[in-house]
Amino acid sequence: MPHMSYRTIVLVKQVPDTAHVSGDVMRPDGTVNRGKLPAVFNPDDRVALELALQLRDEFGGRVTAITMGPPSAAEVLRECLYMGADDVCLITDRKFAGADTLATSYVLAAAIRTLGTYDFVFGGRQAIDGDTAQVGPQTAEKLGIPQVTYAEEVPELRDGRIVVKRRIDGGYEIVVSTIPVLITVIKEAATPRPFKATRLMTYKNARCLPELQKAAKAEPPRDVDDLVREYAERDCFIKTLSAADIDVDPARCGIGGSPTKVHKVKSVILAAQEHEKIMATQEGISDLLDELGEARVIG
Amino acid sequence: MPKPSKDIWVFVEHREQKPVDVSLELLSKGRKLADQAAGDLKAVVIGHEMDHVVKETFRFGADEVLLIDDPNLRDYRTQPYSRLLGDLIVERQPRVVLFGATSVGRDLAPRVASFTRSGLTADCTDLQIGDITYARKNFDGLLLQIRPAFGGNIVATIVTPDVAVQMATVREGVMEMVPVSEPVVRRVTRLPYVATDSDEFVMIVERYQEESKANLKEAQIIVAGGYGMGTKENFGRLRQLASLMGGEVAGTRAAVDAGFITVDRQVGQTGLTVRPKLYIACGISGSIQHVAGMQHSNRIIAINKDANAPIFDVCHYGIVGDVTMTIPTFIDAFKEKLK
Repeated sequence: MPHMSYRTIVLVKQVPDTAHVSGDVMRPDGTVNRGKLPAVFNPDDRVALELALQLRDEFGGRVTAITMGPPSAAEVLRECLYMGADDVCLITDRKFAGADTLATSYVLAAAIRTLGTYDFVFGGRQAIDGDTAQVGPQTAEKLGIPQVTYAEEVPELRDGRIVVKRRIDGGYEIVVSTIPVLITVIKEAATPRPFKATRLMTYKNARCLPELQKAAKAEPPRDVDDLVREYAERDCFIKTLSAADIDVDPARCGIGGSPTKVHKVKSVILAAQEHEKIMATQEGISDLLDELGEARVIG
Repeated sequence: MPKPSKDIWVFVEHREQKPVDVSLELLSKGRKLADQAAGDLKAVVIGHEMDHVVKETFRFGADEVLLIDDPNLRDYRTQPYSRLLGDLIVERQPRVVLFGATSVGRDLAPRVASFTRSGLTADCTDLQIGDITYARKNFDGLLLQIRPAFGGNIVATIVTPDVAVQMATVREGVMEMVPVSEPVVRRVTRLPYVATDSDEFVMIVERYQEESKANLKEAQIIVAGGYGMGTKENFGRLRQLASLMGGEVAGTRAAVDAGFITVDRQVGQTGLTVRPKLYIACGISGSIQHVAGMQHSNRIIAINKDANAPIFDVCHYGIVGDVTMTIPTFIDAFKEKLK
């Protein structure tokens, strides 16, 4: 009897919108003013979530979206709920800050191990801030499960295995993998569904623990545990895991657990050079061609 | 645990029993790094029927080839390859391991780096051996891993001072392929392949891969179009111009996304790096991400109707004009010259 009803964990990330960097985001000293950049749902990850939802819609099961980040990353988890994720989890702790991909995958794998059994871990191919595409494969290695990268279509399930079409340089491959498996997804694999209005109404009030801790200090002050209970009853409490809740060695988390260190950063300011202005006429271009010919650049 | 060596390793990727260009480029760079670091350059070759690949690595300066040859390893698959390479690295402790930033390299390198707990820097645009001070400590002979980040808006120098094995991936065309003047066939160390269950978790059912017909790396003249070309038809005129001039056509990422041109002809940070004698940028705004791929062209002509487009800051000759009219004018002017 084929196994039905799959549980998929989706790795998502909140990222600064690096696709739209304007003048005052880059400081003259080369550092980035992240405060000036709106934070967005990493595009590849939205597609990964979409594929997970499509699999669930067809075969049944549960989709859990998780992210490691500061408390503000809860916004991306809310968006996952609006799209249709069954539950979400925020992994947050000061000890995790400054993590490179190795330290990130270490924490993600440890968190996944607390969430119960799963069949699939999906993630976007890469994030638009680090641009490394490493966290997926590194998390798979830490979980000790196979990986299939660059999935370009909704996978198929056949005889207890998953069939994935993946993009390779100059072509594609169709592979069959045992389950559990981690799959990274490219943007072209699907169009993410829009938020569902009813889910937006319900889950716009979803809050993670740090957000409730902050709210508890507002006037009039409330008891945090009461708030958590209230939100949980309305299905609006975002499960929050800190370092103490998962089995991690602090030395392997955050900046201390990151072998790659940024030594220097320079913003890319292309040195403007003077150029020769050419008229857009046949004469002007003809003269240019003569000059290039003389300089042996052409013919 | 053996003492770390000073060796530079290059993972040599292959297709149809021939090494891929980026691996030969990395061997060329690795040769220089090995000389600087006073270590050996070793090529790691995993596959089947690898005689030609092994020979080629010596042509590009390898001191030794670590070879694992077995029919089950003919096509790249994550688990057997990452297991074999990971075990080799733990056993022999190279100082540096380099991979091409290809679909194979991007699948393999992170998994291996996770296993060996090494730092891995992806898509390096430069590699150097240097002495630096980090956190008030001095480190000698570190691999400086230079790469763009934040969508290409910054260039970062990454180091991995606390771990023995430093790893990096590099895109094709970034390093130059330089065969050694007198190749010497040195040591080939054949290592056994013993299969384990996990090697069979993912199997390939079907595979299709074709060589790109585009030869942008060798092209002396490149006519490139951006989103500003507007239509596929306008792009056709670029092909006409390129053909007349004996050059190749290329495009920006935006042009590829718009369907004007295929991805194997994409120039830029997420595409190819090219160094032609002449690069004609048509309807290209000149984003950092694109310029990164063509800024080392010998001469650059820019054609754009927006006089403020950043491309004019990097070109040698600038034509402010609408590409719909200017390209046909260019074609006519060139045809006249041919007479």
